[in-house]
Parts: sequence; C-alpha cells; structure tokens
Amino acid sequence: MKDHAGDESAGSWTAATRRQLERRLPWENLLPDRQPFWVGSWVYVFGVITIAALVWVVLSGVVLAAFGPQWWHLSSVGRFFNSLHFWSVQLFFVFMVLHLWGQYFMASWREGRAPTWMIGVVTFAVSIVAAFTGYLSQQNFAAQYIAINAKDAVNSTGAGGFFNVLNFGQMYGLHVMLLPIAVTLLVVLHIVQVRMKGVVRPIGHEVKPAVPLDLRKK
Amino acid sequence: MGINVSVVDQPAGYLHWGFILISWPNLLVIGIMVVFFALALILPFPGHGSSAEKEKKA
Amino acid sequence: MIGELSAGQASQQGVRTIPYDLLKEIAIAMAVSLIVILGLALFLSSPDLPSVTIQSWAKADPVDFTTTANDELAGASVTASYGPPYNQGIGSVQSIGPISPQSWAGVHLNVDQPNDFVINPLKQAASNDTQLAGQISTYQAASADQQTKWHDAYAKALMDAKVADGKVTVADGDYGPVPALLARLVQLGQTGALDGLLLSSNHFYQTDYTKPLLFINDGGYIGGLAHDQHLTGNQWGMMNETGLYPGQTWLWLYTLWYQLPPFNQVSYGDLLVVLVMGLLTALLLLVPLIPGLRDIPRWIPIYRLIWRRYYTESEATTR
Repeated sequence: MKDHAGDESAGSWTAATRRQLERRLPWENLLPDRQPFWVGSWVYVFGVITIAALVWVVLSGVVLAAFGPQWWHLSSVGRFFNSLHFWSVQLFFVFMVLHLWGQYFMASWREGRAPTWMIGVVTFAVSIVAAFTGYLSQQNFAAQYIAINAKDAVNSTGAGGFFNVLNFGQMYGLHVMLLPIAVTLLVVLHIVQVRMKGVVRPIGHEVKPAVPLDLRKK
Repeated sequence: MGINVSVVDQPAGYLHWGFILISWPNLLVIGIMVVFFALALILPFPGHGSSAEKEKKA
Repeated sequence: MIGELSAGQASQQGVRTIPYDLLKEIAIAMAVSLIVILGLALFLSSPDLPSVTIQSWAKADPVDFTTTANDELAGASVTASYGPPYNQGIGSVQSIGPISPQSWAGVHLNVDQPNDFVINPLKQAASNDTQLAGQISTYQAASADQQTKWHDAYAKALMDAKVADGKVTVADGDYGPVPALLARLVQLGQTGALDGLLLSSNHFYQTDYTKPLLFINDGGYIGGLAHDQHLTGNQWGMMNETGLYPGQTWLWLYTLWYQLPPFNQVSYGDLLVVLVMGLLTALLLLVPLIPGLRDIPRWIPIYRLIWRRYYTESEATTR
C-alpha cells in the first residue's frame, strides 16, 4: 500500500479520515469480485433479497407519497401501487426473518462481528416501527382500529403524549420521511460492516488471532 | 356509508388449536418461510463442487 | 488490522476463493423479487376496508351511539376517565407497583369529553335554534348531582331502548334535558356534521384524529366490526389483517402474551408486555455476549448443512 503520509498536511482531519477509510474499507473489500468458497449456500441470498425487497418498498412508497395519502383509495392505479407496497413489505419481513434465522445458526457474530449482528437487530426493530406507522397511515378501517388498540400500550409507557398514534399527520410524517431515512442508514451501516469484516468462517474453523481474508485473485 | 365487504374483504378462516388462533393466510406465509429455509439448507448452490472449477490454493 | 494485509500474509492464508459477482446478485434479486411482487399485486391487490365514521356509526347503531354520548357527557366513558395523556382521570392508568411511566409523563393531549364531544358541537347547532340553546342552558345550570342522576337513569333506560326511523326512544322517566340533547347529537351524527365538527373544532386544517377516534372507540360498534375481522387484542389481533390477506406475522411473539395470564388478566397488561418484549429484544441484541444463547448454533448443527462442502473438503485435505 502506498504511503502518502509525506504528501499530507500535518494534522489534517481530511487526510486522517481518508487514511482510515483506505485502511478499513479498501475498494477490494467494498466491491470484491471473489468470495471464500464456503459462500456457497442458498442461505446466503436471504440478505440480498431483503435489500431488493426494501428497494421496492421505498420506490413504491415514493410513488404513493408523491400522489398523496388519499390517492390509492380513489384510483385503481393508486390501488395497484399500494398493492406493490403491501406485498414488497411482506417480502421484506419474510426474507429479513429468514436472514436472521440463517445468521443465527451460522453464529455470524463470531470473530469481531458482534456489531454487525447488533445493527441487524436494531434494523429489525426500527423496521417494525416503520411498518407500524405505515399501517397507521392507511386512512381506512384497519388503520383506525390499529390506532385505537395500540394507543393503550403506547400510553402505558408514557410515550403516548409524544407519539400519538391517533394523530395521522404525525404518523404519516414519521412513516414517509424519518423512519425510511433511519432504516436506510442502518442497512447501509450493516452492509459496510459486512464488507469491512468479510464473511465469517465456518464454525469450528476460526483462526486465532482473527485475520482478514484477502479476496483478490492470485 | 358503512363497511362494504366484497369477497377478498370477508374475514379469513382461522385455525383454532388450543390457545393458538391463526389465520390461514398467516399460517401459509409462515409455512412458506419454513419450506424456504429448509430448501435453502438442502439445495445445492450453483457453480460449486465440480472439480473443473476448483481454483488453485492461494 | 482489518483491511491491512501484505501479499505475503494473504498467500499464507490458504483460503480458496471463487468468483462471486455481488452486483449481478443484487440485480437478479431485484428482478426476481419484482416479478413476484408484481404478480401478487396484480392478482391479489391489497386490503382497504373503508373507515367507520361518526355518521356510519350513528346510523348503524343509534342506541350504542346515544349510550356512548350519554357517558361522554357524564364524564363516565372509558376515555373521559382514562387519565394521561388525555386528562387527569385514573381509569386506564397502568402501573406496576410504584412504576407508572404513564402517570409520570402527564397530560399532553388534552381532551375534555363532555364539552368537546357533546356540548360544543350542540352549541354550534344551537346558534339558530333557541329551543336547543335553552336545553343546553338547563343542563349546564343543574348541579353536578342532578346531572349524574339524569345520566344514571338514562343509561339504565337505554338498555331497553327502541329505535324507530333512526330515532331512539326509551321508557318514561326523569332524565331532564339529556334525551333531547343527545337526540340532537344523534341527528348531527347521522347527517355527517359531527365528523367535521369533532375534527376541525378550532382550525381549518386538521390531520389529528384524536377526538373522533376516542369517541368512536368509546362505543361498542367499532369493536364489534373489529371482532368480526379478528383484530381485537385477545384474538391475536396484532398479527391479523382484514379480509383474506396475510397480516403482520412478525408480531406473533408480541401478541402472544396477550393471550396468556397474567397479561390478559391484570390492569397493567400493556405495560407488562412492553417490558417483557423490551427485555427479549435486548436479549436478541446481546446474543453475541450471552453464553448459552450464543452456543445454541454449535449444539444444533444446522451449520453443518450450510457449510457441508467446506467441512468435506477441509476434512479430506491436510494442511
């Protein structure tokens, strides 16, 4: 690796950040075109399908938001986009949970990957909140009853005065902006963690001390 | 204006087993998940295993 | 350090690598998932049962509406005596011993049921109706004791109420101006005026449905509809969707507690479930640090299926 230290301004934050990034996440690790040969099971595709489903959730959601919360009740095209949104959410959760099962039984938190696991669990929890605000934003019978029913649990925690499930405007704003940003950021962090540390070794074959893998073709 | 319930809006059938009460659509989704997981464990992943594909060790 | 690797170190790792195109993988995943989603959307659509309105409620069940309105005016409905965040009541305040975050948080969404749901909408209607204005005055001039007597008597009479032409009639009794006031409220409800009045009481623009939803929830009508669709708490309702659609299967563990004692018996059931689920989520988060929980994958060797080629190869070769 070339040492640019001589070219850098002394005490430069920018240079120090660039050095950290180059060291922690070189391009060969961010976008590798090879993987250890044990990455050869269908269990490994659950994560990427979850991401694909999330892309369709967001894109269909953008269209729904662009035409306003009433649109899908009044237009058959709108209803179709709502259906896209509904089913991509189903797919998102189905494959996220399959991904969770797979990663659990592979004990993928080993060798310094606990943060990756933890970010994943937080993403799961935040996704559930995002979906919850979505169900509350439907402006139909289901949304009404979910709001009425959920208010007691939220109120019991003391959060009811600040997170009012009966307040459509608040729930909608959280759903179309704040929570998608949160989920997306968490997913990006999660993927960066995976790329930084690489795919975990099979159980029983951990290397001590843990060394990273070089995925470049020899 | 009340609730206008067409075919797909009729309440789903439910499986009631002891204290468990689950809709058939939900049970189907969970069943599909279990099947997918089992298949993912068992089915061979393409592009591996043939000796012609084996790379030299690093 | 992760990422820092000399060519020499790498060559000593002995890890066989295979070509693996991540971007092709995501492209295929997006294409396949899109086809599945398009198919499901085209053939199955999505659920959209229309909302209950004050109007639909007042028309479908004027006795339930009147009974509820009587309770609201008396300050005796569930939400009128609820407690924080809506008011200073204690009827629905949850606490486990001294622990009561609901009380600690206080009132932030002030709702005054008797005035917001009944008196103020009636005053609007009374602006050109002197008889109604007189009845409101009579009611408000009466002592609290007298008002309670009227409400209690009327509530009892409503249990045997009859409906004719959308109007509620009960046996004769001393109810003061209450029946007349509530009959007018039913009328406002049935015309749809009350939906608007409850929503935009002070402002033109509104997106906060707290008042109409609390009012509707105090009645039995919406609960009956929800029960038909298996949405209520003790029907595993959190997991369910209206109609033939799958619901939120990922909430199975959250809703499971509501089907079991003590959660479904105590007054602080919601708070208890939140605490239990908070604990379980924390456990899931901390799996890598918890002995036992983090060892289950070794004990249940699903991993041997996932990595079977690796184990076969590494057992066959010597290093």
